[in-house]
Amino acid sequence: MFDESLKSSARPKLAVWKFASCDGCQLSLLNCEEELLTVAGAVSIAYFPEATRGVVEGPYDVSLVEGSVTTPEEIERIAQIREMSRVVVTLGACATSGGIQALRNFADVAEFRSVVYAHPEYLSTLARSTPISAHISVDLELRGCPIDKGQLLEVLGALVEHRRPRIPSYSVCAECKRRGTVCVAVAHGTPCLGPVTQAGCGALCPAYERGCYGCFGPQNTPNTASLSDHLVATGMSPEMAMRVYRTFNAASEPFRRESERQERAVVASGKGNAR
Amino acid sequence: MTDGPRIIGRDQLARLVEVLTARGYAVVAPTVRAGAVVLDEVVGADDLPWGVGDVQDAGTYRLRERDDEAVFGQAAAVRAVKPVLFPADELIWRGHRSGTDFAVTDREGSPQRPVAFLGVRDCDLRALARHDEVLAGRAFADTRYQRRRAGTFLAAVTCAEPGGTCFCTSMGGGPHPENGYDLALTELLDPHRFVVEVGSDTGADVLAELDSEPAGAQDLAAVHDVVAHATESMGRSMDTEGLRDLLYASAESPVWDEVGNRCLTCMNCTMVCPTCFCTTVEDVSALGSADAERRRVWDSCFSEEFAHIHGGSLRTEVRSRYRQWITHKLAAWQDQFGSLGCVGCGRCITWCPVGIDITAEAAKLRAAAPLTVGGAR
Repeated sequence: MFDESLKSSARPKLAVWKFASCDGCQLSLLNCEEELLTVAGAVSIAYFPEATRGVVEGPYDVSLVEGSVTTPEEIERIAQIREMSRVVVTLGACATSGGIQALRNFADVAEFRSVVYAHPEYLSTLARSTPISAHISVDLELRGCPIDKGQLLEVLGALVEHRRPRIPSYSVCAECKRRGTVCVAVAHGTPCLGPVTQAGCGALCPAYERGCYGCFGPQNTPNTASLSDHLVATGMSPEMAMRVYRTFNAASEPFRRESERQERAVVASGKGNAR
Repeated sequence: MTDGPRIIGRDQLARLVEVLTARGYAVVAPTVRAGAVVLDEVVGADDLPWGVGDVQDAGTYRLRERDDEAVFGQAAAVRAVKPVLFPADELIWRGHRSGTDFAVTDREGSPQRPVAFLGVRDCDLRALARHDEVLAGRAFADTRYQRRRAGTFLAAVTCAEPGGTCFCTSMGGGPHPENGYDLALTELLDPHRFVVEVGSDTGADVLAELDSEPAGAQDLAAVHDVVAHATESMGRSMDTEGLRDLLYASAESPVWDEVGNRCLTCMNCTMVCPTCFCTTVEDVSALGSADAERRRVWDSCFSEEFAHIHGGSLRTEVRSRYRQWITHKLAAWQDQFGSLGCVGCGRCITWCPVGIDITAEAAKLRAAAPLTVGGAR
């Protein structure tokens, strides 16, 4: 991908696009304070409305896409972006799995609309929030809410150097153990999604004695059923076991399946509000 | 003066840390951090876990307050010697590009102070012996490991209170350090003192700097009692008879499916295992920099990527990864190195987030095996 398609580009043209999102991931690029000049030197920032009003027309070598697809217009727009981009990289949980707004996928969006907006008829929105990969082919996905700045720089570095980026797909636990963090699940009894969540954040939350809440989404081979069974066996209610998977990556396939499995357990027990 | 075991008082532990520090060592010893006893650098005896105990079982670890002042009254610390002598992330070389040329500029990394371990257990020493063979005892030695290892001082202690996941006695070890130490301490209470045995000339030199007196028959009897009590207090056990053949004959055992359903492929077991030594090599270059690094980082047979070869991963199923790990530990290691790859420290059991127990899995394999395999069923 990175080594073949970009060989002719001396200084790749970079575009940053926004879909349904909070802007936090593209802010991560601006937050590369010390590295920002290096980034600007290594790539040509051609389209980045959050940073500059200057626009260089496409096509682009690399498009960084933030946010999920939630409106009919966005379906057309993402197809156009794919057309004019050699490489498409998604930034963060929204673009990669549908984001927190994909909670609508488990409910009735018309009902939400009528409750929240005074004039719901002005709104044009889709029933489901979907990741970019549901609409176009994606070359690389960066996880996280927000993404890890180091991973973004790694991808841009790989792009410029024509090499494969180092983006691990194994669990957060590996990062905890490598940095010597005491396991919060085993030593404190704190529920932690680290074992089923993809590394890349540097195991940030457990380093502050908090459980991982899975913002990087499922690791490569996540055994969510085993972890949930353990959480429930050690005192977590099935309702909570469902909710821990219904956050930033609720619509990622493994997390969705697991939360629905727990939802069925809640319904079967006749307790709690399964939504 | 080192003809027989000697006695040092409780206050001499602080002196021991001072002596080791004065000799230029970084002293790495048990200390409480984030709700667990870990091995980490200490600056004085006050950093040691006086009066702290632990409770360990499959998938759970808790500190507890002891009703005495024992300083080594815990089972094996969270992290063994491994992260110090065999770092999780280590520079192999650093290089610099200029034009089309490339030159290696650094093969050493930053120099490290020699380390004195205080309070390591017999399981740690035996794991270290495994690493010595794997990393430094074969045709191509890991020179960085060798260098660190050569300068290491080991003050081991007798494990007075093994944990609920300990089974070293099943794996050829025991609570009392037998080999490979400079000094071996056994903690005795009432009055609080340590019986010290010397295992090397350096150990004798260090002991000579402490106030000590010859241990009496009563002291040695007390050591014997501590060891006997600890030997009887193992939380787990493993039947090792015919283990190698049992594992090989169990390649298609239904046990793998069952454990595969529970295994999280999170890698915790391999990372806390004091003998696991698998690594991968990563090339690192920063954006806009002409410098690059080759680093060696801990890897694990529980990731799919680990077994990725031309055409894909060899071990896409969880069951095959668990099988690979335990078969190497308990069987293939014997063919490869002539010993068991497991020292019975119990860390993989304690630190598995869902409490998968290597002793229980080995027992299940034995129960499910054909009668002819592995000696008596």
